[in-house]
Amino acid sequence: MRELELYFGPQHLGMIGNFSITLKVEGDRILEATSKPGYLHRGFEKLMEYRTWIQNFPMVCRINVVEPDSMEMVYTMAVERLAGIEVPERANYIRSIYLELARVGSHLFGLWAYSNLLGFDTVAQWAMYHRDLILDLFEELTGGRVYHIYIWPGGVRRDFPDGFKDKIVSTLHSIGGCVPDYDATFFNNRLFYERAKGIGKITQGEAKRLGAVGQVLRATGTKFDIRKVEPYAAYDKVDFGIPIREDGDAYSRIWVVRDEMIESVHMIFKLLDEMPQGEVYNRVSNPFKWEIPKGEAYVRVESSRGELGVYMVSNGGDKPYRVHFRTPSYTHGLIILEKLLKGASIADVGNIMISLYVVAPEIDR
Amino acid sequence: MKGSFLKPFKAIRFLWKKPKTLKYPFESKEPALRYRGFHLNDWDKCTGCGNCADICPNEAITMEKIPELESKPEKGMKNERPKVDYGRCCFCGLCVDICPPGSLRLSRDYFHIHFDTNTFVFLPKDEKTDKEHFLPAENYSIFKASLAHRKRDYEGFSPDIDYSLFEPMKTPMSEVKPEERTLSFIEQVIGYSKKEAKREASRCLECKLCEEACPAHLKISDYIRAIYEDKPEESLKKIFEDNPIPSICGRICMKHCEDACSLSIRGEAVAIRWLKRFVADTIKDYKKVLEQRPVKPTGKKVAVVGAGPGGLSAAYFLSLKGHKVTVFDSLPGGGGMMRIGPPPYRLPIEAIDKDVNYIKSLGVEFKFNTTVGKDILFENIMKKYDAVYLGIGNTISISTKVKNVEKCLLALNFLRENKIGKNVKVGKEIIVIGGGNVAMDVAREAFRLQHIQYPGQKVVTKTVSLEDWDIMPATEEEIEEAKAEEIQFNPGWGPKEVVLDEKGNIKGLQCMKVKSVFGKNGRFSPTFYEDNEMFLEGDMIIEAIGQRPDFLLMPVKQFKRLEFTQRRKVKVDKNGQTSIPKVFAGGDIVNLNLDAVTAIADAKIASEGIDKFFSSKKI
Repeated sequence: MRELELYFGPQHLGMIGNFSITLKVEGDRILEATSKPGYLHRGFEKLMEYRTWIQNFPMVCRINVVEPDSMEMVYTMAVERLAGIEVPERANYIRSIYLELARVGSHLFGLWAYSNLLGFDTVAQWAMYHRDLILDLFEELTGGRVYHIYIWPGGVRRDFPDGFKDKIVSTLHSIGGCVPDYDATFFNNRLFYERAKGIGKITQGEAKRLGAVGQVLRATGTKFDIRKVEPYAAYDKVDFGIPIREDGDAYSRIWVVRDEMIESVHMIFKLLDEMPQGEVYNRVSNPFKWEIPKGEAYVRVESSRGELGVYMVSNGGDKPYRVHFRTPSYTHGLIILEKLLKGASIADVGNIMISLYVVAPEIDR
Repeated sequence: MKGSFLKPFKAIRFLWKKPKTLKYPFESKEPALRYRGFHLNDWDKCTGCGNCADICPNEAITMEKIPELESKPEKGMKNERPKVDYGRCCFCGLCVDICPPGSLRLSRDYFHIHFDTNTFVFLPKDEKTDKEHFLPAENYSIFKASLAHRKRDYEGFSPDIDYSLFEPMKTPMSEVKPEERTLSFIEQVIGYSKKEAKREASRCLECKLCEEACPAHLKISDYIRAIYEDKPEESLKKIFEDNPIPSICGRICMKHCEDACSLSIRGEAVAIRWLKRFVADTIKDYKKVLEQRPVKPTGKKVAVVGAGPGGLSAAYFLSLKGHKVTVFDSLPGGGGMMRIGPPPYRLPIEAIDKDVNYIKSLGVEFKFNTTVGKDILFENIMKKYDAVYLGIGNTISISTKVKNVEKCLLALNFLRENKIGKNVKVGKEIIVIGGGNVAMDVAREAFRLQHIQYPGQKVVTKTVSLEDWDIMPATEEEIEEAKAEEIQFNPGWGPKEVVLDEKGNIKGLQCMKVKSVFGKNGRFSPTFYEDNEMFLEGDMIIEAIGQRPDFLLMPVKQFKRLEFTQRRKVKVDKNGQTSIPKVFAGGDIVNLNLDAVTAIADAKIASEGIDKFFSSKKI
């Protein structure tokens, strides 16, 4: 049969995000896949070298549109480590709650993309609606729906508004009440099983060798989570489990996502119960004169996609000398995706890609 | 099998559920209370400092001059307001958190519908300053949402001082405790340490409102930045560009700058004066740091009459231009009123001499203990020198001229006697008439002398002033400190008569209740309630109600040629030149501010004027 070159994205219907893959196919089989990022390249890392420490906050969240919050967190942690800033206890709890809400919101978005692609329109609508409820919570807390710009060096930007705790609880209860519906229509559905089982399979050894993180790694039976390995915010104060699966295919990865959401909701309830009273913000220096001592730092957090790290260098100025992000989508989207697509059928390209949770702007920083 | 057949029917129950979607735009969702929408700006509160424009990461905010608004530099108000380009704005709210007056807020409005893209750049206002464009909620709809239509009472993300990006509170200054300081004349304010000064300097937002408020326009934000960067030498150089007496000014300046500081609106102003003092105190030898050498001598000779702040500054600026300067003063040292006025607990003599000695080292000749008009005649000066600068200040205390007033002391005589001669023998119960800074100085100095002369005995110092608390001319700081030292106040009373006992000694002061202090035109003309009187006991009375200049140094013929303004100030042109050619003037005899930093500003103008006067004569 004849070899064809097929362009998958960025305008392709099966593509989520500004990303593209060039496929070399023979019939329905993919012989070779090449990831083509760059459609969203805005030079964030370079721009950050020209903005003061505080001016970078509105920008850093734009690196990951779906879950900007872990981006804020990792940047803040790096700044705090370099400048030696202490964070009040309550702020740590608020940060954890906020990050877990973001994780649920981000996973719901992923569920929307995945179920939509497989043709589960109803589930996709539900997921999008439930994500919106979480965005409402963010709007109430931070004033923004998508870009929250809420975590600051020294704490968080504002304390919880009145009655916010109850609002989180009631929203999460209403989302949690729909888990049986999700299970019946999607997760326990034969169609999902048939489409996802055995697709995009990666072994534990390969996953580790290729630098997989997050669900991709946990779906191969590895218990690895930065929240446990290097606890930040209030994660060392709360007990939570790490859901894993053994098979390493798309089916396992989506199940890990589902279990993680439920685990996050339980964690939020625990954190809300234990949250102390007090200050939420230790004032940092005047932004026009804020200089951070010379030094370098590497910090990492567990974003909804996996390990997210930032390497930051300060040469004692009012701006970072260099900021570099290690984003999970980078390895997932460029290396693992290309590998998993080899030998797959064209119909499974989107399936594999979204199960790997690739977010294009994370690659094009 | 049975389950899978029946499962799809589960979906039927969703038929009776209410839809989750809204029929936009007929139904709309109310934004959250903290929503970050379009800006609101209270133009009455906004100072035009431009911090919002500086912090904006997208350069969406520019400051626009509004000609209709009045610029009030002394109050820290610029006639500029922020203009936002909504093509650039990312609604992060950094501008809200940095806004010192808290005038800039974000609304919950997010509709803007217009055919013209230029309308996306506009000057935010709010319902207070722009009533017609803000509609009440019932008249508002999203179809009207455009520039001309915003919803009223729709404030979203608002400033909160607890979460502001600037530090609102001053670094506390360590002071000697009131109980201790009344027993001696040790300097009350201890001064900032290096760490404290750096912390205080870090608070400055560099909006430069202070520089416009300062009569001498010191480059305040530059010298504060130099302190922050641990470069006190740079800082001193910046100060000396406009002010040659930082050691004096760093202690007693009236700090118009701090009144204008944008941080003072919701918090406390940056302690600009103490920072200046920190620099002056840190650097032991000005000469080594400044490396100023006078330029090539011009051969011109200038006489400066009076070695007060104005005279010293004039001498400094003129000598830097290469003119030969001689300063005449009747006191035994430099500083003028600074030497005799402020008590040593506010301004020690060493601090004055530090500044004077530096100016002396530039080649300025000082002739102390020389009274012009007595020891050297004014005509001779006029003949001998190419130009004369009059910085004579207000040196004579005004008397209330009530009955038996001749038994009382005058403030300046009292202060002068303490500094130059011996300490005055004070009474146990002193009454000070006046409510200005001189009155505070007199009262606090007298109180200390009482403690020294009557150790362990009960002593009282009280003040009587025409002005009530709200209009008392003394600075708030002085009043607070005097109160802390337990000086008694009687505001709103005017002296009627000094009451004497049979032996002719002072028994007390008969006072009348004040009806109003200022007349209709705003000038000083007090009126009293004749029937409401009070008697204050006391064995010593000091009058500190104001000062006037002494023009006796000039011969009558010259004096007649000197023109005065309506407010009885010496009339000078924009070069500081009086109606007599060759004679320039500045300081208290010219301006209405009556303080050191204005005298410095006048001296700078006049020295430029003298320089211009010389060069124009050459042509």
